Amino acid sequence: MKVKSNGGNRPRIVEWIDARLPVFTYLQREYGEFPMPRNVNYLWSLGAIASVFFAILMVTGIFLAMHYTAHKDLAFDSVERIMRDVNWGWLLRYMHMNGASFFFAAVYIHLLRGLYYGSYKAPRELLWIFGVVLLLCMMASAFLGYVLPWGQMSYWAATVITNLFSAIPLVGDMLVSWILGGYSVDNPTLTRFYALHYLMAFVIAAVIGLHVIALHIVRSNNPLGIEPKSADETVPFHPYLTAKDGFAIVVALIAFSLFTFFAPNMLGETVNYVPANPLQTPPHIVPEWYFWPFYAILRAVPNLWIIDAKLGGVIAMGASILVLFFVPWLDTSPVRSARFRPIYRGFFWVLIAAIVALGWAGSRPPEGAALWVAKAATLYYFAHFLVVLPLLGRREKTLPLPASISAAIKSGAA
Amino acid sequence: MQESETDKAGEDSRREFLSLVTTAFGAAGVATALWPFINSMNPAQDVLAASTTDVDLDPIAAGQSITVLWRGKPVFVRHRTPAEVAAARAVPAAELRDPVSDEARATKPEWIVLVGVCTHLGCVPLGQRPGDSRGDFGGWFCPCHGSHYDTSGRIRRGPAPANLAVPHYSFRDSNVLRIG
Ligand code: HEM
Ligand code: FES
Repeated sequence: MKVKSNGGNRPRIVEWIDARLPVFTYLQREYGEFPMPRNVNYLWSLGAIASVFFAILMVTGIFLAMHYTAHKDLAFDSVERIMRDVNWGWLLRYMHMNGASFFFAAVYIHLLRGLYYGSYKAPRELLWIFGVVLLLCMMASAFLGYVLPWGQMSYWAATVITNLFSAIPLVGDMLVSWILGGYSVDNPTLTRFYALHYLMAFVIAAVIGLHVIALHIVRSNNPLGIEPKSADETVPFHPYLTAKDGFAIVVALIAFSLFTFFAPNMLGETVNYVPANPLQTPPHIVPEWYFWPFYAILRAVPNLWIIDAKLGGVIAMGASILVLFFVPWLDTSPVRSARFRPIYRGFFWVLIAAIVALGWAGSRPPEGAALWVAKAATLYYFAHFLVVLPLLGRREKTLPLPASISAAIKSGAA
Repeated sequence: MQESETDKAGEDSRREFLSLVTTAFGAAGVATALWPFINSMNPAQDVLAASTTDVDLDPIAAGQSITVLWRGKPVFVRHRTPAEVAAARAVPAAELRDPVSDEARATKPEWIVLVGVCTHLGCVPLGQRPGDSRGDFGGWFCPCHGSHYDTSGRIRRGPAPANLAVPHYSFRDSNVLRIG
């Protein structure tokens, strides 16, 4: 099944460069011959899809930056000018806005794929940790970017989120005015958020690099969660995965185009087209959809003993992401894939239901049913990681693993 | 000359000590050099300087409020009615989440001056304009996550941990208020 390296008949210029800096050898090894388990499904294309959306964000972002003005009196108008006067400006902006949503969607599915198939287990712990770091960087970047158009939701999102830090005992208020560069969200805040938003793109690019390097050392997991034992259980990345990922990317881009061209504002909040007004809070503050579950957790925590609701909410929201770092050690089961863990599979879908419920609750005002749903789902979310994963790993009776990937394919189980 | 065991041990520990000292000095140097960068993000001198605002109180009738901007934040100035003052003073401070008496918050009973920023997550509470909801305690109501403040701006119900802050203020004349 090995595609032969065409090392012998490469153009001389390629040979010349390769002898001095072996980029071509590297590409051939890591993206040509690189062995992929032959049974990976389309969920293994989400990493490639996420990379494409990241590239879209980078390119559209750099061109938007050529027209954007980071000043509180000019920012809103400069964005409107991009929409109305700059050639194709509306396209750049709508691609950037919807690109962020699709980036998050791709990464969320990618992450849940890892949870389902146990991709975080040895030897892929560090790969997983770089993934969680990426998630944190993406969240920071999305928040910073959302402030830039200086609409009402930009302004109040910045206010509410930076105020989270004031919950920290003793140094909280000092920290907030350090972050803001003043006593409220104002011009110094806008200019630094712009600088940091631009910087984050490069930080993310570097961490994606580490993530992929780690991946190429430990190689891809697969739906069976068992390592390939021989060469006929793998296929070379090119042409098999380049073609498969290419197809998946086209499908993702079609979905992306539907939003960008036909419903460009569907995922956003219309009140962000009202210029920022420091004297008036919009009646209902909601973040973008990809933050809804976390926003619900933030508001679900009541006053507990000595920890007031504000500090408790901040701790819970932070912990909801930080807990992901520890998943490789919280899950004590030696079996990776949920296919062979019938009980874990059930709990996995309960977790999905809890996250969807949190998302719904996070989009509503925190009262009545939404508040109770948020509380219950928050409890389950943490119980899943801190109680279910450790206990289940020891108790669960798993199904017998196939002898090898080939054996599973022959018996029709793969 | 032959090196004895003790010489060698002495040399090793000297080497260890020197590398420790070098590392420590290096770390202290880096930390010191970081400070200007960190401090450059703190409020600048012009932001600190622009921090008093004068308000003419004459046009504000009893029962009315106005909102002024101070340090980029809204400040609520309310001319309280005798009933509002009485309501604020009737509550025993000890029963409150953030126990402060109204006397300590309003030097002239009819004027209450508050930073109009909810102590939960920083929204601007409602209650300044005639049609606004004033919450269950007749003061202010924060719509973001439902905090109710009384006529003294003290937190009475909802997630906010503390009372609306009272900025530093003084009365220049009987009718001019200086905030800051
Ligand atoms: C900036 C966003 C991200 C990009 C661009 C990205 C990119 C990639 C790519 C290209 C792959 C290989 C293809 C694949 O298996 O899908 C991959 C694998 C992986 N990623 Fe990510 N990733 C991102 C975020 C994350 C996050 C947030 C996590 C989890 C916390 C994560 C965990 C993993 C794991 C565990 C693998 C190996 C999966 C396996 O082989 O089973 N990644 N990533
Ligand atoms: S910001 Fe006022 S209740 Fe949350």
